[in-house]
Amino acid sequence: MSIRQHDFTLERHFRHSPEQTFQAFADPALRQRWFRAPDSWTDTEWSLDFRVGGGELSAGRDQRGTHHLFRSRFHDIAHGERIVFAYDLLLDGRLTSVSLTTIELRPEEAGTHLMFTEHGAFLDGLEDPSEREHGTGLLLDGLEGFLTGAVLA
Amino acid sequence: MPSAEPQQLDRAFHALADSNRRAIIVQLTRGAASVSELATPLGVSLPTVLQHLDVLQRSGLVRSEKVGRVRTCRLEPGPMHTVEQWIAEHRANWERRLDLLGDVLDDAFPNPERTAKP
Repeated sequence: MSIRQHDFTLERHFRHSPEQTFQAFADPALRQRWFRAPDSWTDTEWSLDFRVGGGELSAGRDQRGTHHLFRSRFHDIAHGERIVFAYDLLLDGRLTSVSLTTIELRPEEAGTHLMFTEHGAFLDGLEDPSEREHGTGLLLDGLEGFLTGAVLA
Repeated sequence: MPSAEPQQLDRAFHALADSNRRAIIVQLTRGAASVSELATPLGVSLPTVLQHLDVLQRSGLVRSEKVGRVRTCRLEPGPMHTVEQWIAEHRANWERRLDLLGDVLDDAFPNPERTAKP
């Protein structure tokens, strides 16, 4: 058994205010438009309890029959400024990664500077040789999903 | 677990960072395609597609072979079993989400508020 650590930061500049940008995280209707399961998936579930101690759940079954589950818990929410959450990703019920994520919204003259920082622990389940072919299929499914505008890991 | 392959990870991140290259991969998930078949929906020139294909092939995500005058491209599943690729895809998922977030903001708030205190 082993764990691969991986940290990364993504940055975006939006022409909208931090208040408006924050709404796209907090408003369920807006949030679903950029954080949703692919249309091709079945048995999709989604729920959001956007408050400290609450969480988000997003799940579904891809065309190969693999079940994907994202489940998170909000640790800190500062309106218009900051969101801190931790989440698990599971494939067919198997835990594949655990991540701590911070989203910071900083006002700037032209709008908002968003910084997304994640500290991830990737578990080694998919490295098992007997799972390799399975894992490759999952990757292709995932890639297809996100590239076609769907966004559930 | 194999040791880290940072160069492969860098190349995969780089390959997935461009929207045209992501569009090429989308198309290839539906099956093999010729260079001109890849260029048409993108609305870009053949030399531009060839440049993108070069990046994708060096990342190990795509391979191509030339038969007669036609170069056929397909996804290369070989390197995708590594944890590096898994992580690259995980990160690219969030890249894509944040791109979509920008689109949603533009659509939901066509007249952005000015930021009060830059």
